[in-house]
Amino acid sequence: MNEKMRKDLERFAAEIRLETMKEFKELGFGHVGGAMSIADTLAVLYGAVMNVDPSNPRWEDRDWLVVSKGHAGPAVYATLALKGFFPKEQLLTLNKPGTNLPSHCDRNKTPGIDMTTGSLGQGVSTAIGVALGNRLDKRNNYVYLIIGDGECDEGQVWEGALYAAHQKLDNLIAFVDDNKKQLDGYTRDVNDLGDLVEKFKSFGWHAVRVDGADVEQVYNAIMAAKEVKGKPSMIVLDTVKGKGCSFAENAASNHHMVVDPEKADMVIKELERKVMEL
Amino acid sequence: MKVILATENVKETTAMRDAYCQTLMELAEKNSNIVALDADLMSSMGMVPFWKAYPERTFNVGIQEANMMGIAAGLSATGKIPFAHSFGPFATRRCFDQVFMSCAYAKLNVRIIGSDPGVTAAYNGGTHMPFEDMGIMRNIPEITILEPVDTVMLKDLVRQTAGMYGIFYIRLLRKNAVKIYEEGSSFEIGKAVKLRDGNDATIIATGIMVEEALKAAKKLQDQGISVRVLNMFTLKPIDKEAIIAAAKETGAIVTAENHNIINGLGSAVAEVLSENCPAPLERVGVQDLFGEVGPENYLRERFGLTADNIVEKVQKALHRKKTS
Repeated sequence: MNEKMRKDLERFAAEIRLETMKEFKELGFGHVGGAMSIADTLAVLYGAVMNVDPSNPRWEDRDWLVVSKGHAGPAVYATLALKGFFPKEQLLTLNKPGTNLPSHCDRNKTPGIDMTTGSLGQGVSTAIGVALGNRLDKRNNYVYLIIGDGECDEGQVWEGALYAAHQKLDNLIAFVDDNKKQLDGYTRDVNDLGDLVEKFKSFGWHAVRVDGADVEQVYNAIMAAKEVKGKPSMIVLDTVKGKGCSFAENAASNHHMVVDPEKADMVIKELERKVMEL
Repeated sequence: MKVILATENVKETTAMRDAYCQTLMELAEKNSNIVALDADLMSSMGMVPFWKAYPERTFNVGIQEANMMGIAAGLSATGKIPFAHSFGPFATRRCFDQVFMSCAYAKLNVRIIGSDPGVTAAYNGGTHMPFEDMGIMRNIPEITILEPVDTVMLKDLVRQTAGMYGIFYIRLLRKNAVKIYEEGSSFEIGKAVKLRDGNDATIIATGIMVEEALKAAKKLQDQGISVRVLNMFTLKPIDKEAIIAAAKETGAIVTAENHNIINGLGSAVAEVLSENCPAPLERVGVQDLFGEVGPENYLRERFGLTADNIVEKVQKALHRKKTS
């Protein structure tokens, strides 16, 4: 990855965080932690990887993204608005009556959202279904899937893991946003996930761990996954819950939190400066 | 709707599951988007011929009902027309959230086939005996719930749903049904079929209880009681007009179902009656009990799913009508 591309993707990630924080500031609360931790991967996917058409969100040959950790919706909306799927002003309607931007992703409400998610684990199966459908139609596109680390508690994740490998779904590239925390605390304290890379490998996946805040590592892992044949791929993202948002990063409990407008403004200023510098 | 009633209600020679599979194969031949999903019950559901004819369009996920429903939803998002199969309890209560959110809330396009309704689960016993499947599914907004009574109706309804969009639950008797309709009959989803007209009371029946309702009507005729019989094969959307007309024209109603009377046909009819045209209602069906193991005939008696019980309930409803 050359320096320009890296800077472009880092700037896009900062912009995603900036717009996401504006959404939360307007609302006064939200799923800050898990939205911020996935921003870099969203920047890589929509900035350098996915083949999508903002003017035709349901284009049949597009790459799909299923955000199974549906509570990351606000970060995905910021990404889609920045890509031009809908006007940026709409972002401030998050969760307001009649909005097209609900807390959790809804394929029928938001242009560019490919799957309805929110009840955890379910996006794994729907993504597999989409990948199977695309393969039946001999499309050359990819299905990207983002799941949370806490979400890996759900049995459905492992049902899907088994079947995606059985089906040799090499058009499915998944990520675990391993930000180490779930609603009730650290994943290791609630229900220890152990070594996710080894687990997915043992289920028959190509699996790697990368620094999820390093756009180059994420990009390279995706490019390598595209070369893998006969297996689905899992990229475990080493991330920090609330990344890039100091008050969230430092809070013990940051899955869903109240957003103080003054603290939000400080983060917004920091992120605006970062966008300018990059 | 064009209905030709069978002159004799005899056991059919073709099993329902075989008629189902045959119909799906005919549809699949014409429409490459039709796909089948199974959860390690492909043999039991009679889907092996489909799998042999269309291996690339058959997805046997193993014993993973939740995963199956999600995969069906995902396939439909790409334009496929999925038919997902399992035994009734596993196609509904086992994976309700997946059906609710991944399929229905997401407004995708999935047909769910749940077999072995109620007492027909017989020797598999209470764990496998769904008295609650339609009740669970009835909570899903916009779902269509169908209980085909014989092969003629089954084939017609499967063909119809293949061309429709939405979430469908088809309650499938696996074995041989009793013939109610002749070939050439066609049905309208959401419209009850009047099998017999009468003035004194109406029996509203579904599934295996249709045959019992017809037997009960004959017995009541011998007693000088004239009974209308409706086959309410669509539980949702329920045919309100037919229920209201029955209440107005006959003044006493008995429902008959191979299902818990709570949240099944009995509840659905009670809701329509109480809001529109209150009339004495008696409900034949499982009286809020768990299933148990045994031969089907024993279980029919055990849970009161008999023509004699219907006769008794009609008499009771008539008594209430007269004394009210």
